[in-house]
Amino acid sequence: MTAASRHTPRLADQRRHEVTRQCLSVGVATGAYGISFGALSVAAGLNLWQTIALSALLFSGASQFAIVGIVAAGGAGAAAVATSSLLGMRNGLYGLQMSRLLGVRGLRRVPAAQLTIDESTAVAIAQPEPSAQRLGFWGTGVAVYILWNLTTILGAVVGNALGDPRRFGLDAAAPAAFCALLWPRLKAGEARAVAAVAAVIAVIVAPHAPAGIPVLVAALAAIVAGLRPPGGPRMRDVLGNPSTPSDDVAPP
Amino acid sequence: MTLWTTVLLASALAFALKFLGYVVPHHLLDGVVVSRVTAMLPVALLSALVAVQTFTSSGGGLTLDARAAGLGVAVTALLLRAPFLVVVILAAATAATLRNLGWG
Repeated sequence: MTAASRHTPRLADQRRHEVTRQCLSVGVATGAYGISFGALSVAAGLNLWQTIALSALLFSGASQFAIVGIVAAGGAGAAAVATSSLLGMRNGLYGLQMSRLLGVRGLRRVPAAQLTIDESTAVAIAQPEPSAQRLGFWGTGVAVYILWNLTTILGAVVGNALGDPRRFGLDAAAPAAFCALLWPRLKAGEARAVAAVAAVIAVIVAPHAPAGIPVLVAALAAIVAGLRPPGGPRMRDVLGNPSTPSDDVAPP
Repeated sequence: MTLWTTVLLASALAFALKFLGYVVPHHLLDGVVVSRVTAMLPVALLSALVAVQTFTSSGGGLTLDARAAGLGVAVTALLLRAPFLVVVILAAATAATLRNLGWG
């Protein structure tokens, strides 16, 4: 697919508008919850610049929410980094898919890698033709990056002005945010089972381990499920996109 | 580890993981087991984060307070296909309201 990438025909105007609209709507929808990230981050005790750095440099919602969640609970930095990195492993898998679809080489792999997240991958692999896949990836990636960073700053500034986070229920906002991130991944029965087991493990371990560790122990549920014979969910279940036409994720 | 170290180290590792997908030979990361574990990790981690942050106190013990009500409202909103920000705001508003009424 990479070899063909430079020789594919240009997109018709109508398709280009269609894909661009998808990119922007995903960008706006995702950008909107940058506000809650910014607010939660300063409530957790990170300063404005640390909050901005996470959105600009780390740029992966679930990992960012996990770090501020663990910091807020008084967890060790090492546990926060480990949880963030485990969550970020899926981006490596997306990168593997995208490197085939995008055909990027040399230094262009740097921005491509930085923009490789759930949203850009999902929009890209939902397109049937290679030129639309590339437009979907770059368009969504750039739109989400710009809006996510702007709304993070907005949320951090507003959150700072609010004061005590508990008074506004911000400590309930964080689990709600995780729940909303988890929701589209629960389409398959196996995913629901893994989620249930992981939640039980975490709650059982919590009284006996420092903050951040219970979540890492719960990751064992994923490893055990993954080691079982295949036949379970594929990439498209993970992305919550049932109409994925890509060959790479078709069932064997 | 200072907060800045945590932020920068996590950011560096996050980028390294993303970049890995673009530079490693495809067959190395292409195994069924690797992709299944990678697919399930976010599910397990996010679910565990929800459980710990909703049902445990700062000491780690099991508790039931306004956060649980907030989560219940969030799940209901998700079932009704509410957008992300609405889900988060409803959960926060529920917990804040209950606390103002003196519960949780």
